[in-house]
Amino acid sequence: MMSMADFAGVLPELVVVITALLAILVDIAAKERNASASRNVTILGLAVAGALAFVSPSDSPMLMAGQLFNDGLTMWFRALFAFVGMVIAAYSPLYLTFRNIRLGEYYSLLTMSVFGMMVMASAASLLVFFVGLETMSICLYVLVGLRRSDASSIEGSMKYLVLGAFSSAFLLYGMALIYGGVGSLDYAVIAQTLRESSGIGPMTISGIALLLVGFAFKISAVPFHFWSPDVYEGAPTPITAFMSTGAKAAAFVGLIRVFGQALSASSEHWVMALTILSAITMTVGNVVALRQSSVKRMLAYSSIAHAGYMLLAIVAGTREAYAAASFYLVGYALMNLGAFGVLILLNQRGKGDYSFDALRGMGTIHPLLGLTMAVFMLSLIGIPPTAGFFGKLYVFSEAIKQGHLTLAIIGLLNSAVGAYYYLRVISTMYMAKAEGDVTVPQPICYKIALVLSSLLIVMLGMFPDQLVTAMLKAIP
Amino acid sequence: MLLSLLIAIPAIAAVLTLLLPRTAPGLIRWFSLGASLLTFAVSLVMLANFQVGEGSFQMVEKMQWIPSIGAEWHLGVDGISLFLIVLTTLLTVLCILSSWHSINERVQEYHFFFLLLETGMIGVFAALDLFVFYVMWEVMLVPMFFLIGVWGGQRRLYATIKFFLFTMAGSVLMLAGVLYVYFHTLDPETGKNTFNLLLATEQSKYALDVQRWLFMAFGLAFAIKVPLFPLHTWLPDAHTEAPTAGSVILAGVLLKMGTYGFLRFCLPMFPQATLEFVPWISWLSLIGITYGAMVAMVQKDMKKLVAYSSVAHLGFVMLGTFALNQQGLTGSLLQQINHGISTGALFMLVGVVYERRHTRMIADYGGIAKVMPVFAVLFLIVALSSIGLPTTNGFVGEFLILLGTFASNTLYGVIATSGVILAAVYLLWMYQRVFYGKIVHEENQKLKDITLAEALPILVLVVLAIWIGVYPEPLLVRMEPSLQLVLDKFQQGDMSQLMGVLP
Repeated sequence: MMSMADFAGVLPELVVVITALLAILVDIAAKERNASASRNVTILGLAVAGALAFVSPSDSPMLMAGQLFNDGLTMWFRALFAFVGMVIAAYSPLYLTFRNIRLGEYYSLLTMSVFGMMVMASAASLLVFFVGLETMSICLYVLVGLRRSDASSIEGSMKYLVLGAFSSAFLLYGMALIYGGVGSLDYAVIAQTLRESSGIGPMTISGIALLLVGFAFKISAVPFHFWSPDVYEGAPTPITAFMSTGAKAAAFVGLIRVFGQALSASSEHWVMALTILSAITMTVGNVVALRQSSVKRMLAYSSIAHAGYMLLAIVAGTREAYAAASFYLVGYALMNLGAFGVLILLNQRGKGDYSFDALRGMGTIHPLLGLTMAVFMLSLIGIPPTAGFFGKLYVFSEAIKQGHLTLAIIGLLNSAVGAYYYLRVISTMYMAKAEGDVTVPQPICYKIALVLSSLLIVMLGMFPDQLVTAMLKAIP
Repeated sequence: MLLSLLIAIPAIAAVLTLLLPRTAPGLIRWFSLGASLLTFAVSLVMLANFQVGEGSFQMVEKMQWIPSIGAEWHLGVDGISLFLIVLTTLLTVLCILSSWHSINERVQEYHFFFLLLETGMIGVFAALDLFVFYVMWEVMLVPMFFLIGVWGGQRRLYATIKFFLFTMAGSVLMLAGVLYVYFHTLDPETGKNTFNLLLATEQSKYALDVQRWLFMAFGLAFAIKVPLFPLHTWLPDAHTEAPTAGSVILAGVLLKMGTYGFLRFCLPMFPQATLEFVPWISWLSLIGITYGAMVAMVQKDMKKLVAYSSVAHLGFVMLGTFALNQQGLTGSLLQQINHGISTGALFMLVGVVYERRHTRMIADYGGIAKVMPVFAVLFLIVALSSIGLPTTNGFVGEFLILLGTFASNTLYGVIATSGVILAAVYLLWMYQRVFYGKIVHEENQKLKDITLAEALPILVLVVLAIWIGVYPEPLLVRMEPSLQLVLDKFQQGDMSQLMGVLP
């Protein structure tokens, strides 16, 4: 039975669901079909949910009969997802208006997938995690294919749907096998059983292997990444930003919970696989990103590379490493949201492309845009004093501490390689001349979002201690 | 508080320049000149407060910064970093002066980056915490990237990206080294790992093979910065394409971070590996000296010539450092300062004629001593100080380095001495082609002589060059005790089997 404490504990999630429903309702009620009412409801609702995450009215560590965690990790990621959702909702009108997409459902779907992410972050059993994952994914399938008349959008959506379903099947099969091997889907029970049993059966092993493949698809680790560049490119840009920050963070927090907590006792069976995955993911992501001519696609590949860096933390497998990964995810969300925000702004010019040429001269023509974009790029490279630098440093240092020196060095060299394509963005903005009139209008909400995220990135880079300590406390 | 102030003033001033109106470049110039003068004044106060005869760190400041990983805001200055800091603050003032008329585009950003650069440079020299050091080391990369890329010459984009990637490649490996050292350094008070450099040096007792790897991890980053042959290829591009002030800072200060790094980190932390690497580094330095000089000789572009001369000069500095004796180390540290003064002045002088003719090709000049007599005299003095004529600063430094080198290895000494002769050849030959003979190009007939505003920063450097040449004692007494502490590491205990290398 659900008690009052349970209800109080999942209040943020409830608020999100109600927001999703309201977003449709107000759109129906509204006279004008421009969905601005839905957007306002969404932003407001997510703000409330995000705030509620911090003042969680329930202090019991588990909710819903042990199916949900109510710990620090839950709190931080609830807040992060709410924040990401808010920023995306604020970004969207510009893009949607330009593309003639006027749908209230858009905001409803966006909010529902935020709900899915929150469930993924707080899930305490594989089944609940799966439910969260599917809630998020199904909303995203629709959102990716929103530009119904655009071939690349349809292609992206189809690819995402087919491969997403495919990888979900892997996950589900893996879960089934683990259930067969261990006898439970609860993280805590799985962890305990694995710790106490002397050996580990073939059924559990194959379950772990399938789970690993499923997760690798979801975080787009090489060689399971082929879907992501096309999907990222085809999706509406705000949704690309949403996927590369929110969906990625949700998959990673799941990875931390499942591999870091539930399966940690069997780590000798999967650490090697994750190590290799991490090394090739960052290398391939970086090398392919070097050759891109579209900034959007470059960011897609760079996001693969960053997944590789974050996998390093899972390989290291300590509390500190998970805290480092969480810190990294927060920083990464900020810088990617910012970078995509700039892209959406520039795309108003209607060229429809995201080539590097679109950035020419932006540093001079729009100083604020240029400066913030430079901060995002420097943070993505990992230059201090930015959140990107500290995140990387913290992840790499934990990896070295746990003896994964080679992997850490591969990661470090990769960040030097990655510097090239991020620098290309900066150098195009500041060192190339623009042709013709290339000014773009900059709505105030964009300016706020860009300035706020770049300030946060620099603050987190200079004074990371607060967040690090909080993250450390959050990891059980 | 003095050192924090030195780092904070340019940083705060940099942010403030962004708030000044873009339409008032004059105001921005005056403001940043004021800020850099203030920084310079503070560095002079630091110089005055420095206790002579004391080798360990002074004016030490320590504050919590990121307690969860054991990083502290830990600064201090000793005889090794003292003059490098003063050189930095001085050159920044002079650079802002020298770009007064030559930088007219995006004046605001230019000064923003320049002041930011100063913060980074002072931070690198003053850091007593590996984390602070690394942060500053990287921070400094960004403004330099912009200075070359935005205000540079024709091939600036290529040059600046090459500069950035070379440095970045070196520094990521250094980060691995820093982290390794971090995990082997314990703070006795908290029992946790710490980035504290003093503790790291004190506790560095690594096995020989570990020392080798660490030496290479740190050393590669430093060797790229120095630059040691064959890692120097970024330097001619960056120096040539950078705006005048950028070249001055690059040559004057940024290269010294490499040599400083060897002195501060590699030598004291990995002494045994250092001894092993002495022949390698010495030979690379010798190649740098002769190769740099010979390539400089055939350059058609004055700025490129000066750039290659840096490769040769820094070869001397490295050779002196790895002579591992008092003369060698003192000479090499002094020569670092000297190179900043002489080469900085050379770049400014080249900048003066470039402003007039917009060409740096030697062939485009000739005979200009007749139309620019004062300029010719200044150029001659600076060139001679760069060559190392007695009574100039270059002489004292090179002489000490050669003394030290001969004491440790005669062969190195002999080869290095030939490098001194080569230096005379390329500089004097260039001087002859630019200043003497007939004026063959009509445009050169009407060249205006150097103005007082242009001459002022160069004059300051000339005075310093001669002062150090005649009376280097005030510098040497402050440097020697700290260098002795570095050398002491090599006289301790279990190194007897390797002692043969030492004099």
